[in-house]
Amino acid sequence: MNDWPLWEVFIRSKAGLHHRHVGSLHASDEAMALENARDVYCRRMEGVSIWIVKSEEIVANNPENSEALFDPAENKIYRHPTFYDLPDNLKHM
Amino acid sequence: MENSMADKFQQKIDDDIRIEPRDWMPEAYRKTLIRQISQHAHSEIVGMLPEGNWITRAPNLRRKVALLAKVQDEAGHGLYLYSACETLGVSRDELINQLHTGKAKYSSIFNYPTITWADIGTIGWLVDGAAIMNQVPLCRCSYGPYARAMVKVCKEESFHQRQGFEILLTLSKGTEAQRQMLQDSVNRWWWPSMMMFGPNDADSPHSAQSMAWKIKRFSNDELRQRFVDMCVDQAKILNVTLPDPDLKWNEERGHYDYGPIDWDEFWNVVKGNGPCNRDRIETRVNAYEKGAWVREAASAYAEKQASKKAIQVA
Ligand SMILES: [Fe+2]
Ligand SMILES: [Fe+2]
Repeated sequence: MNDWPLWEVFIRSKAGLHHRHVGSLHASDEAMALENARDVYCRRMEGVSIWIVKSEEIVANNPENSEALFDPAENKIYRHPTFYDLPDNLKHM
Repeated sequence: MENSMADKFQQKIDDDIRIEPRDWMPEAYRKTLIRQISQHAHSEIVGMLPEGNWITRAPNLRRKVALLAKVQDEAGHGLYLYSACETLGVSRDELINQLHTGKAKYSSIFNYPTITWADIGTIGWLVDGAAIMNQVPLCRCSYGPYARAMVKVCKEESFHQRQGFEILLTLSKGTEAQRQMLQDSVNRWWWPSMMMFGPNDADSPHSAQSMAWKIKRFSNDELRQRFVDMCVDQAKILNVTLPDPDLKWNEERGHYDYGPIDWDEFWNVVKGNGPCNRDRIETRVNAYEKGAWVREAASAYAEKQASKKAIQVA
């Protein structure tokens, strides 16, 4: 089974929601990956749509550099609504 | 360097920040998790065998579809757990090889035979019941993929326990022979179920480290006590006696006291001398070897489709 690629499975649980990562599985090809994803991750109507992606094709940041990567967002509190000083009697804002 | 990484790691654990696959972790943490998660995965897969034994002989269609669905769930649990384990850098083939060669263990409860239909009910009630006790705290385990797998498993387990209890409830309202079958089954499964929580705390040397790493949240004896307290009341509904003469309410502790566990039996089964150890592994190896042609055919088909696609593109 080692030579079977690993696939990541994403399920949309109902219309209107994002697909969400639920796990992974090995399969020889796309068709088998989809069918197995249905059998393993949707036995109780957990989904209305399945995405599968070969794990090796996912591009991810290196967690060791995540501090530097996310650093630019850290000190920009003016991006949040609470940064702005407004009187209490101002309503609907 | 190594030291400061270790400190940082422990700090994350203490702050209840989950560890994810590509995060730095001590080698011992990785090894402990691989051992525990793979044992757990193997238990789900081997656990399908004693129950699979009764699928063709379930007393009616309702029982048969429920049992089929339950055994299929256990296969799913095995897959969630193997997947979680693989995120730690071990391959599926290696894990399966460890099971087949006896290098890896699985829960020794599955080395007992299912000789009557009542055993299917008792497994659901006691074995799944004990498994749930163990698994619910694992949903908060420090390793993200393991915790997430356990959330999915726990959602499905409650159906297992209820279908088992319903089987027993029906027997308890049946003929004298059916009530006897129920009592006999509980007599055989009670102590092995109690052993599912592992050795007493005093004899469980790795527990302290696992607690510090928040892999484990409660000790073996704590979980076992909860199990006893839960089962005593449930047994009353079934009109069945738990086979422990020392079982009695302790007002002071607010818990039931229970008798000593036969650890010689436990270790004997762990070492491979239970009633079904050899048979279980043989069945697994057989299934794997006899399925080889299916895996090969699937690989050949996938290759052919891929090369057809490549030609079309060119
Ligand atoms: Fe399970
Ligand atoms: Fe189960």
